[in-house]
Amino acid sequence: MSAITHFFEIFTGSIDVFLDGLWITIKLSVVSLLIAFIIGLFFAILKISNIKILQWIADAYIWIVRGTPLIVQIFILFYGLTDILLIPMFWAGAAGLAFHSGAYIAEIIRGAIQSIDKGQREAGRSLGMSRGLTMRRIILPQAFRRAVPSLGNQFIIGIKDSSLVSFIGMQDLFGVASTMGSNSFDYLPYYLTVAIYYLLIVLILTYVVNLTEKKLARSD
Amino acid sequence: MDTLNNQEMIKVNKLNKSFGNLHVLKNINLTVKESDVVVLVGASGSGKSTLLRCLNFLEIKNSGQIIIEGEQIEKDTHDLNKIRQKVGMVFQHFNLFPHMTVLQNVIEAPIQVKKQTKQEAIEEGKYLLEKVGLGDKYDVYPSTLSGGQKQRVAIARALAMKPDVMLFDEPTSALDPELVGEVLATMKELAEEGMTMVVVTHEMGFAREVADWAVYMHEGKIIEVGSPNELFDNPKEKRTQAFLSSVL
Ligand SMILES: Nc1ncnc2c1ncn2[C@@H]1O[C@H](COP(=O)(O)OP(=O)(O)O)[C@@H](O)[C@H]1O
Ligand SMILES: [Mg+2]
Repeated sequence: MSAITHFFEIFTGSIDVFLDGLWITIKLSVVSLLIAFIIGLFFAILKISNIKILQWIADAYIWIVRGTPLIVQIFILFYGLTDILLIPMFWAGAAGLAFHSGAYIAEIIRGAIQSIDKGQREAGRSLGMSRGLTMRRIILPQAFRRAVPSLGNQFIIGIKDSSLVSFIGMQDLFGVASTMGSNSFDYLPYYLTVAIYYLLIVLILTYVVNLTEKKLARSD
Repeated sequence: MDTLNNQEMIKVNKLNKSFGNLHVLKNINLTVKESDVVVLVGASGSGKSTLLRCLNFLEIKNSGQIIIEGEQIEKDTHDLNKIRQKVGMVFQHFNLFPHMTVLQNVIEAPIQVKKQTKQEAIEEGKYLLEKVGLGDKYDVYPSTLSGGQKQRVAIARALAMKPDVMLFDEPTSALDPELVGEVLATMKELAEEGMTMVVVTHEMGFAREVADWAVYMHEGKIIEVGSPNELFDNPKEKRTQAFLSSVL
């Protein structure tokens, strides 16, 4: 019983610091996922281009991301960017996460584009639309709709993965939990607390993704 | 008749097309004059779709000439996007844009490609949809339509670009039998208005009633050309006879 009240004391007593961490986690996730989305779209289009060298560049990028642990990517980008280019820690962290998620998003978008019936492209072209216009107006809107569940899933993974930036010293949600835990030697309640914050974020995001899916499904 | 009616809308000389080692079109010669309706018949795999697709440059020929309205079209010297605007295409599986309403399907290319104002495009789009009998369906999504309605939207969408020629690739073969008639009626109306049309179809009734010429294709070659009644009733070539007895 006292363990539970102790936990609640810590949970309620730490709301202020965790809200600061939450704000950093949210900012970092939103910024990194937006960048990752642009990177992903870019490499997806390289991959479906008919130009060998561009496909090869995209393959190499995806291979590197898949072949190395995220924590290694974050450390390399952090030490690379903050030491050599003097970029603030936040942006180094965001770059690391975006670099990582971008590869997965590229594969999701590429798969979605290729799943669109080729008759759609032909219909667009037969009306005199250029390749680019057909891609932008006909293929991509349908591909994004189809990719919503997988993109949502990848966004959720991205938010959870963002906890790794605490290892380069950022005070995100997980960073706050680690700091508070080691300062008080009372680890468990703080890690339980941070778990609840992540669960809430994921719960809300899952709800938003499901809602978006339902909304988009109306036209299909 | 005036000279305009005798103008050659499409002229194909010694057209060849291969996919890798597969020689699909072999020395095709074909002339389609303004306001002509030509039906193309032949077994599956004989190259009918490929021929249509070459005519609006969805496929690029290997050799030969394709002359549209007197101008020889080459991909290196012409903007094929411009040429495709003149040559409308209707597909077997409609290929409507599922993320757009019926009216949006029709006005998309006029706005994006022809740079019509939205108001202008909507006005003309509604007129065309009215014409194909879908005046009450502007704002619904294609998924709610029957196959016949979808194909009529696809026809209106192609017409919205004001093409000089319309190509139809088996426009009724994906339809339930009871929906074929409404699409053929729309096509017949179009033919009566003087639209130049090349139609791949096995609807012999439509061919006899509407077409000026019937063309029989076999293994990538044009075997026989004649009026539909001639070709269907008194085919000169053995292969045409064999084909006709298999479909009739
Ligand atoms: N994109 C393509 N790549 C390879 N082969 C093709 C392609 N399109 C058509 N073919 C082949 O060309 C031949 C003619 O096909 P098609 O023009 O579709 O015939 P039809 O429309 O008369 O049934 C077939 O053997 C078909 O498999
Ligand atoms: Mg075909």
